[in-house]
Order: sequence, then C-alpha cells, then structure tokens
Amino acid sequence: MNAISPGFADPALDGQCVFRAVMEALARPARPRRLAGLAGPPPPLTPELAAIALALADHETPLWLDAPLHQAPAVPAFLRFHTGAPIAEHPAAATFALLADPARCPSPEAFAEGTPDYPDRSTTLVFAVQRLSEDAGCWFEGPGINGRARLGTAPLPPDFPARLARNHARFPLGIDLLLTAPMLVAGLPRSIRVVAEG
Amino acid sequence: MPDRDSTQEHRRRVMAVCAEATRPELEAALRCVNYPGTVTDLRRPETGLVMTRGRIGGDGAPFNLGEATVTRATVRLADDATGFAYLLGRDLERARAAATLDALWQLADWREAVERALVPVGERLEAERALSARQTAATRVDFFTLVRGED
Amino acid sequence: MYVAVKGGEAAIENAHRLLAHVRRGDLGVIDLSVAQIGEQLALLVARVMTEGSCYDPELAALAIKQARGDVVEAVFLVRACRTTLQRFGYAEPFDTGAMRAKRRVSAIFKDVPGGQVLGPTFDYTHRLLDFTLAAGLPPPPPAEAAARPDETVPRVMPLLGEEALIEPNPPERPGATVPDLTREPVAFPAERALRLQALARGDEGFVLAIGYSTQRGFGRTHPFAGEIRYGDVMLEFMPEELGFLVPLGRMSLTECEMVNQFAGGGRAPQFTRGYGLAFGQSERKAMAMALVDRSLRAAEFGEETGAPAQDGEFVLSHCDSLQATGFVEHLKLPHYVDFQAELGLLRKLRAESADASEGKDVGEMS
Repeated sequence: MNAISPGFADPALDGQCVFRAVMEALARPARPRRLAGLAGPPPPLTPELAAIALALADHETPLWLDAPLHQAPAVPAFLRFHTGAPIAEHPAAATFALLADPARCPSPEAFAEGTPDYPDRSTTLVFAVQRLSEDAGCWFEGPGINGRARLGTAPLPPDFPARLARNHARFPLGIDLLLTAPMLVAGLPRSIRVVAEG
Repeated sequence: MPDRDSTQEHRRRVMAVCAEATRPELEAALRCVNYPGTVTDLRRPETGLVMTRGRIGGDGAPFNLGEATVTRATVRLADDATGFAYLLGRDLERARAAATLDALWQLADWREAVERALVPVGERLEAERALSARQTAATRVDFFTLVRGED
Repeated sequence: MYVAVKGGEAAIENAHRLLAHVRRGDLGVIDLSVAQIGEQLALLVARVMTEGSCYDPELAALAIKQARGDVVEAVFLVRACRTTLQRFGYAEPFDTGAMRAKRRVSAIFKDVPGGQVLGPTFDYTHRLLDFTLAAGLPPPPPAEAAARPDETVPRVMPLLGEEALIEPNPPERPGATVPDLTREPVAFPAERALRLQALARGDEGFVLAIGYSTQRGFGRTHPFAGEIRYGDVMLEFMPEELGFLVPLGRMSLTECEMVNQFAGGGRAPQFTRGYGLAFGQSERKAMAMALVDRSLRAAEFGEETGAPAQDGEFVLSHCDSLQATGFVEHLKLPHYVDFQAELGLLRKLRAESADASEGKDVGEMS
C-alpha cells in the first residue's frame, strides 16, 4: 500500500489522449498507432496496460488480471487505488481483462460476450505483446479496414486465428481485443474477419 | 501488535472527527502537530460523487436515494505512510489536510500528537451535539388522549 | 423532425446580460449571499437537493440564487452540475435508526420509546404572518431541557413487527444489484427500489398531488403516519483501495414510515407499509413519497388497480420536474418549419373540403 506509484500527471488530459488512441485503434482495426504509456507502473504491468486501465476503468468496470499480474501484489493495489475498479475473480465477470502473458490467454468463450439486448456488456481484452507491425502476420478484413490489412504480433496463443474466427462467428456478441506493445496500440474488434493466416 | 480490527476502528473514529471538522480546524491541527517532513500528493484532491442509499422501510433492501458531493485526497509522507481522506463537500484543501492527518496517525511516533491536536474539534462537536439535544429535548411532548362522548 | 435555426447570437447574449441585471434587482438593496440562502431558506435548499438528487447545501443555495428562486430551474442547474463530476461509487445504506433526531413524531402510538419531540416545525403555528420578521428583529433563544443520555431513538415500526402485525420489509439479497435510474433507463414494471429512487427525486408538487389523490379515494390505502423523523446520520463509504467503511460526514435526512391497511391473501392479515426518505428537512415530500410508494404496491397485494396513483408507468414517467419542464418548455423554441408544414396541410384540407362541397366555404365560422 505504501509503494503505490503515481497515476496520470493530468488525469483529464492524459486520460483523454489514451481514450482517443483506443477509440481510433478500434475504429481502424489492425493498424498500430501511438499510445503514450504511463511511466513507472508496478511490473509486470506495462506502461500501456496501465494507461488503458487508468483511462477506461472505474468502480463500475471489474478488471480481470492474468496470473502474472494477479500474483504481483503491487499490481492489484495500484489498479484498485487509481481506478476504484473491483478485481474480478472470473474472466466472465470482467469489463476489461489485462494480460501480461497473452500466450496463455483463456479462450474467448471464457469471457463475457454480452447479451443480444446489450452486446456492449462484454469483456474487452487488453494484451501486452512484444511487437506490433503491419508487414507480417494474419490478414484481416472488416469495417474500418480499406481492403485488407495485416498485423504481425507476438507472443500469442498458437490457435489465435481460429479463436478470432470463433469470436467473429458470434457477432454481434463477442469480445473486443486491444493489443499493446511499447508506445503502440492496435485494435481487433469482434467485427473483423481473419482472411488469411500469416 | 494491536488487533487489526481495533486499530481500524480507532482509525475510523479519527476519520469521523476529521469528517466533521472545518478546514480551519484541520489546518490548525496540522500546525499543532508540526510534522517537519515533506507531504506529497499520491492523488491530487478531486471532487466527485457518491451515490447515497436508503433501505426500504428503514431496515430492508437498499435503494439509491441520490448523490452527494465528496472530495478525496491521498498523500504520502516522507516517513512512508499513506493517508486517505474522503469527505462530504467540495473543499480540496480540507481533504488534503484530513489525508495528511490520517497518514500521520498511522505512524506510531505521531499518533498521539494527531489525537491531541484534534481534541478541540471533538470538544466543539460534542458541545454542539449536546446543545442541539437540549434544545430538541425542550420540544418533547406528552399527548393526552381525552375520553369524550356522552353515552 | 427538427430543423436547426441559426442566428440571434447577439440577442441571446444581451438577453442573458439583462437576466443577470434583473436577477440582481435594485442595487440599493443588499445582495443576497449564498450563505444567507443556505441558513435562512434551508427548506428550499433541502427541496433543491432532494429533487436535484445531489446533496450539497452550498451548490443548491447557489442554484437557487442563480435561478431567481425558481425551484425547477435550480434543480436543472444542480442536475447539470452533477453530470460534470465523476462518481466514486455507492455508499453504505444509511442507518436511520442511528439518526440523531431533531424531530420525531408518531401518529399511531403516543408513548413511543424515545418519546415524541416536535423539533423545529410549522405544525401548531397559527399561520399568521409575523411582522417582526419583516422588521428583522432577532428571535428569542430556544428553550433547553435536560436531554436523555442517548439521543438515538429506536424506530417505531419494529414494535408492530414483534407481533407480526405488520408486513416485514423486503430483506437485502446478498450480491443483488440495486437498480439505478441514472445508469439504466427505467423499464416497466419497475421494482420497488427503482420506484423509490424515482419518487425521491420527483417533483414535490407532483408527488404531493398523487399522494393526496389516494386519500380522496383514487386508490385508497388508509394510511397512518407511523413515524416521521428528521435529523442527521453519518454517511459511510467503502473505497476500493481501503477495504473498510470510511465516515464521510453527517447528512441531514427526513424519513417517513406510513402504516396502511391490511393485506391478507390467504395469510393472517397484516398492516402494510409505505416508505419515504428525502435530503434535509423535507417532511411533506417524505410523507407524500410514502403514500405513493404504498399505492404503487397495489398489484403486489392483489388490490383493485386503475387509479393514477397505482400506475407505476404513469407516476414514474411524469414525476421528474426536469423531464416535464424540458418537454413542456421546448414548445416555446422555434417550430417555424413544423408549423409551416401544418399550415400547408390545413390549407390543402380546406381546399379539398371546399371542392367537395362544390365551392361552398364550409370553413368559415360565423
């Protein structure tokens, strides 16, 4: 408790910048864009995961943390303090899921997919990956993509393209995905399709 | 090491006094404690809302009544203690002062000084409570029901 | 269809400057301070806080000053202000049994534990205008009497509950979410917790009139004022980062519990309840709310329904002064294009009607 690192220097403006980047990432899927991370979060929480959590989470949005994040006591304490969000025990109860080790991500069906009346009541997954590039990886099509786009990223679960396909098949239900790498964020919302594996 | 629950209850009592103290009273208490170390904002004071709740019939299931303005602050002392304040109203400095007193209270070397500095606040609150109680007591009634009718 | 109208910026700006000037009034009369409103118009402040659904006496007093004393406009200002603030979370429900009562009366038992205290009330005044107030004379100091050591007074209703003479209150279900109309739009039929939230922020005049209608026979519920209390209670909140309840300060509240006639339905008959709770000293509001709370439970007790006060959709859809005034007052905004369309339609209908009656002018009224 005594070692909580600081949050945004300017909560309103910094939060808005992150919100803008996330909104653009979901509006133009599979295209990495700049995201200013939050300096000095408790590891293994990355600056990008921390910035997204602080900008988007509040007392009404339970957070689910994967094992590496959950097992570092400073991480839940940091997130509780700065967001007021409860830490969800089960992935299906979470509005946002933060993953420092996305290769071991539970299957998309483990998270909330929303309801036919409220498809927005689903979990948004936020991955911390090591790289994001547009010159490798799967090809995607869908709203917000002019033609097709590809996104190269690692590490991911081995059956990641199949997972995305299953997730898209549930549309309008399903999860949305944000991928973060140092200083970058890209979105893979439920509306996009995998057209070719990279 | 004192029992965690009793320590927490004790801390809550000090927080309750701060919650009813005015800003000048809290600032006077801080001057009285005279802590020489630096105090930094872990979270700058900010005003928001808490949704208050009643209970159906006074003791039943909860319902949302309406919001209240609340200001919170979190400070860290050079001595590595973190203090919190959540107070009704919108006074940022008042919340910071209460958070500083909460942080100091958690340090064994400063606890007594904080409690001493808040004694005048407690006395003022008690005097006001007692006066209000005496004024209210003067309006206590005894209704008599009168038998009426001729048969 | 709405069609935007442009222009008028200078006129609008000047109208607002004129409003500010007229609001201030005669400069020879001393300016009204927000503190004066807070201290001396406390019941108006309580009403604006209750209907504005935001407890902050200073904000409510400022809103009253800015609104020139117009309650609905002041409520609008308070509601607008609250939308600019983030919500930290939900507080622990008030323990009104622990209230430091400044007033507490029961109309059903004269000898209630803790006694009956009138406190600052208009009851039993003669309603004669007091010209010493106009003269600004200070009032005599209040009387004092020895207070009982513990000012918290037990609530009256549990006395009836001991013999099961009154229905129990619905218990809290662990983990159940409490409906919140500021987060989700109201859907009908609305559960009781949601109805109470809507009534608490509902317009006092509307809730009063609907409550009154039940007394006059439109959905009769045979109420008695079981208990009315006004006083202050500590507000507590559990911040996620602390994990224990933190006292935030004392808030002033008025609570009313109505006892109403029986429900049986196969079981032994019991009294039923209606409940009202409001910010500050808001006795009429709390009483009217309790009447309407009970009448909206008619279907639950298998009572005959059909009166306005028993229709949840009617009451909840029309009790909010901000929604009501928004829809009524929008009629004064420019509807020039709409009206031109109506005018065109009317002319066309009249022309058709004239053709049909072979040129006779049937539209002209003598």
